[in-house]
Amino acid sequence: MKNEAAKALLHPLIDDNPVTVQILGVCSALAVTKSLSTALVMCVALTSVLILASTTISIIRRHIAHNVRLIVQITIIASLVIVVDQLMMAFAYGMSKQLSVFVGLIVTNCIVLGRAETFAMNNRPGLSALDGLGNGVGYSLVLITVGTVRELAGSGTLLGVVVLPLTADGGWFVPMQLMLLPPSAFFIIGLLIWAIRSWRAEQVEVPEYRVARAEEPPGSTQQWTI
Amino acid sequence: MKTGLRSQLQRLVSRRTGRTTLDKQHDQADTGSGPLHYRPAEFTDRAPHVRDAFNFSRWMWLLTAALVPALFVGLYNTGYQVGEALRSLGTDATLLGHGSLLASIGLSAESPGVLGSAVVGLVYFVPVYLVALLIGGGWEHLFAVMRGRNRVEGVALTTLLFALSLPPTVPLWQVAVGMSFGVVLGKEVFGGTGKTFLNPALVGLVFLYFAYPDTMRNSSVWVPVAGWADGALLDRMASGGIEALEASGITWLDSFFGWTPGAFGDRSAAACVVGAVLLVSMRVVSWRILAGGVLGLAVAAVAFGSFASGLVPLADLAWYWHVTLGSFAFGLVFFATDPVTAPLTDAGRWIYGMLIGAMTVIIRAANATHSDGVMLAILLGNVSAPLIDHFVVRANVRRRARRHG
Repeated sequence: MKNEAAKALLHPLIDDNPVTVQILGVCSALAVTKSLSTALVMCVALTSVLILASTTISIIRRHIAHNVRLIVQITIIASLVIVVDQLMMAFAYGMSKQLSVFVGLIVTNCIVLGRAETFAMNNRPGLSALDGLGNGVGYSLVLITVGTVRELAGSGTLLGVVVLPLTADGGWFVPMQLMLLPPSAFFIIGLLIWAIRSWRAEQVEVPEYRVARAEEPPGSTQQWTI
Repeated sequence: MKTGLRSQLQRLVSRRTGRTTLDKQHDQADTGSGPLHYRPAEFTDRAPHVRDAFNFSRWMWLLTAALVPALFVGLYNTGYQVGEALRSLGTDATLLGHGSLLASIGLSAESPGVLGSAVVGLVYFVPVYLVALLIGGGWEHLFAVMRGRNRVEGVALTTLLFALSLPPTVPLWQVAVGMSFGVVLGKEVFGGTGKTFLNPALVGLVFLYFAYPDTMRNSSVWVPVAGWADGALLDRMASGGIEALEASGITWLDSFFGWTPGAFGDRSAAACVVGAVLLVSMRVVSWRILAGGVLGLAVAAVAFGSFASGLVPLADLAWYWHVTLGSFAFGLVFFATDPVTAPLTDAGRWIYGMLIGAMTVIIRAANATHSDGVMLAILLGNVSAPLIDHFVVRANVRRRARRHG
């Protein structure tokens, strides 16, 4: 029981990370990680939607008709996203402006629907909430890493505080302007996956085929060495 | 006691001789145990052994040899442009970097003469190339040791192509960053030479192009003289239209031979033609890609001239100017024809070449931010190459099925 809860919470952090293992939610990881602050707010928004959606869907999971379950799930998720979006507009208008459509696009984030469909539909509410939290934190870990690298390398700041003084302001750091463009997140996520798979070799996928060694020709006795 | 003081001394001395060191290295080379030695994990140990004079190594060295004309013309042109800029800017103009070195060998950068121009070019080019070679070769070696594979000569070609396409004012640390990106993320992560889908040198270049636009495509980067900011011809035309070309006083022949400001080695279409003749006659590169590229470029330029005349700044530029300006000739001959990243079917090569040529004109004429556009067009061609091959093969299958019922 306790083991199960720990697994639901901790497994999505590294071993089954939604971004680096399942390659879900990459679009938002590209769009909002130009600065660390937007990445952090996005993490909070997605994690809260994920926990609430998983819990709600898990509570009514036995009452959802099987063939309309996706519609019901999306309706619940969309309502929650609208609530989060409105709250953000009310209390953090500037940040809401910066994130623009990407809060609304949490509806289409594959992680939320994926956890609802694969986990919350089959598990107790408490466990589903933990699973939502675990996946939210797993997503956040990646976003924070990408956001840190991009803001540091692209503008020399962290959360708006100057860390590496730019040459334009008399410092020494030449910003890497590629980091201000969304595709740079692809490179960082790719390098992150490379690093994690070097550390956790069990995540490496089995190759689709291997080149077989040639059969020993009949009667051949020669052995070549170099 | 047999081991007297004298034999002890002898042993100590002999341990430090070159012979002992070499003997030690030999053992390590055999077993792959030393830090600099490795034994390939994959090698052919049984028949059939293919023996062919034209192996991969020779292929790569032929390509490198074909770059020699572009290299020499480029070195001369770099020095020539420095002299031109110094003369036009007057007495207070100074060289960026290496000025004291040139003064100490007694070379006047203002009027260096033919040989002197080449020396000026060499002084600027050698550090850039050495950094590219060290970093690129270093990554190649590191991955070869880690994976137990042979090092491949291709890295020499990659580093030379990369260095020749850089502006003369490029900071050396950026050369290192760009080469690392190109070799590691453009090649090694996909399994090394022969397994890439993008040209590694091109990946490094385009990375630098987007990461550090101030030192890669600013109007002041092409000639290492303080205060010079005329830009390459295409930059000038992107803002000033075709009138800028006429105002520069540069004739088509000048631009064909490569006497225009630009990167180290990519200006001279004439040198690229010499290289292309060598490569096509040795069947190292596909003439279909080259012909397709020029054809696509000409068709797109004529189309722009007929339908978009006056709407975009470069629409009226004649196609033969497009061929010589920017890095089109260099990119087409040395980047686009890379057999690993180009299509494998003959019809596919025509389509691929035409795609690159047409995209170049479209980017140049319609997008003033990327005034050259050749590198981006070739990357797009590289990405499309498998798709082109797929449809060519499908079309062939369909045609044969119709013919044979």
